[in-house]
Amino acid sequence: MTLQIDVEGRTQESAGGPEAVGDKGAFSPVNVFSHAVLIGWSILVLVPFGWALIASLKSTGEIFGDNPWALPEKLLWENFANAWDKGVGDYLLNSVVVVAGGVFGTMLFGSMVAYVLARYEFPGNRIIYYLFAAGMMFPTFLAIVPLFFVVKGFGMVSTYQGLILVYIAYSLPFTVFFMHSFFRTLPTSIAEAALVDGAGHATTFFRVMLPMAKPGLLSVGIFNVLGQFNQFVLPSFLSPEKPVLSQGIATLLGSQRYDNDWGTLFAALTIAMVPVIVVYLIFYRQVQAGLTGATLK
Amino acid sequence: MRHGSYRFVASFLAIPLALYVVFVISPFVQAFYYSLTDWTGISPKFEFVGFQNFKDLANDAIFKASIGHNLILLVGVPILTIVFALVFAYLLNVGGKANSAGVHGVRGNGFYKLAFFLPQVLSVPVIAVIWATVMTSTDNGLLNSVTKKIGLGTSQYLASPKIALYCVLWVMVWGSVGFYLVLFNAAMSGIPKDIFEAAIIDGAGRLSTFFRITLPLLWDTIQTAWVYLAILALDAYALVAVMTAGPGGPDNSTYVMGLAIADNGFQYGRAGYASAMGVVLFFLTLIIAAVMLRATRRERIEY
Repeated sequence: MTLQIDVEGRTQESAGGPEAVGDKGAFSPVNVFSHAVLIGWSILVLVPFGWALIASLKSTGEIFGDNPWALPEKLLWENFANAWDKGVGDYLLNSVVVVAGGVFGTMLFGSMVAYVLARYEFPGNRIIYYLFAAGMMFPTFLAIVPLFFVVKGFGMVSTYQGLILVYIAYSLPFTVFFMHSFFRTLPTSIAEAALVDGAGHATTFFRVMLPMAKPGLLSVGIFNVLGQFNQFVLPSFLSPEKPVLSQGIATLLGSQRYDNDWGTLFAALTIAMVPVIVVYLIFYRQVQAGLTGATLK
Repeated sequence: MRHGSYRFVASFLAIPLALYVVFVISPFVQAFYYSLTDWTGISPKFEFVGFQNFKDLANDAIFKASIGHNLILLVGVPILTIVFALVFAYLLNVGGKANSAGVHGVRGNGFYKLAFFLPQVLSVPVIAVIWATVMTSTDNGLLNSVTKKIGLGTSQYLASPKIALYCVLWVMVWGSVGFYLVLFNAAMSGIPKDIFEAAIIDGAGRLSTFFRITLPLLWDTIQTAWVYLAILALDAYALVAVMTAGPGGPDNSTYVMGLAIADNGFQYGRAGYASAMGVVLFFLTLIIAAVMLRATRRERIEY
């Protein structure tokens, strides 16, 4: 097997070689090649993150010193304290408040709309559905200037409620689209039984249908948590005075070009990265299912 | 329809629909309206100027350059991302040990999907900051330390007008591959196994299986991916604004339409003009989506 790597590779292309051979358990060249390529890309993805995490404990001199690959000589935990003092604590708080409100509202309103559109016949049903679905396709930048003035008109620039309402509005299309197809797959008999038993439409929704939709709610909920936590364009323009975390990171990079305190920047970056990575590692199946599920339909 | 359900439907739709109309639909419609005015964004007074903004845009060298940059991203990002993602997804699916029972996925399939997808869940500023520092132009930058060691010498990366845009392009591809890998992988595992097995029994190799079976059956998904990547490439604002100093890079070499809209709308007090840019961006998106869908149309294969 070993000396045949090249030859075998070619055989497969032309005649489809070793699949027919019963080489159970042996490493085929295709297998080795696949792993080499996939490991190569994994390194390309993971090394920058790993490097940034380690740099959060280094001094500026070490980060851009003679050997940028070296481990820190002394772990500079004060980078994190400095980052916190530079406003990262406030940015994080702003992000958490806005995401908490935004995701709650998005999930509540999104599933209400999706449920009604999926389960009730009424004039305008299709039009409203397409109105929401269209929102997934259009560029945010077309609307950004007028949107700023709409928010300003309500006196809500740089406020929590302003960002929360805008996040909800911009998260609705995907949430409605996803939950719509989810509610369609749920059996109708249970909801009908509840209605016959005298439950109102709203009670049926909150007590019966919503609990049944938990797996769907989880997927789209996590998607929304990550999406809203990572939002950058909307808060940059709508909340200049009250930056969220991703916005704060961008500002910090700008100021590092003068401050030259890169350890602090990487500490801030780590504070922004770690919660997201933890959520991702716990829920990655739902995250991937949520994202791909909606695109494939 | 049971009695009372109209009222129920209305009560469930009222608030979300109002939010959506106020914050999404109305700004969208207003953009078209403002694009025909000389509104500054500051003064409440403005006048209709017809298509003057669009005429000015045709002579705006920086805006035209920014469209050019977006077009480079528009060609490069989807092609590279889709090719990488397809290759990786295929390796994941058929790169395993082969035996008489057919082809197998590689071991560690879950790990690769987990790792490749990671950039997708992090915010653009985080990714932009990491890559901006990895690509630092000093000799001791992370990337330069590698290229120096393997004998490629050092580069200016984001400080070089010639390659800054391609660095941004690379970061976009790097960040997107994982998502499309997972997408294609999901689509590939939806193809019934017996189709592959039949092909292998008939003597098809892995490469011909890929081009004759996998690719045609995945065409719908690839088409969707293409449109989404095109929209991504037409935006690029966040990455450029954070990664390249200025922002917009040396000699405006990474200036994109999003930056032009932001600068005109919020810095230069030319909200009407910025809206006109938004309208151009919208029609570009629309045209590209339509062209992509038409150009890549194939007969749908049912299985």
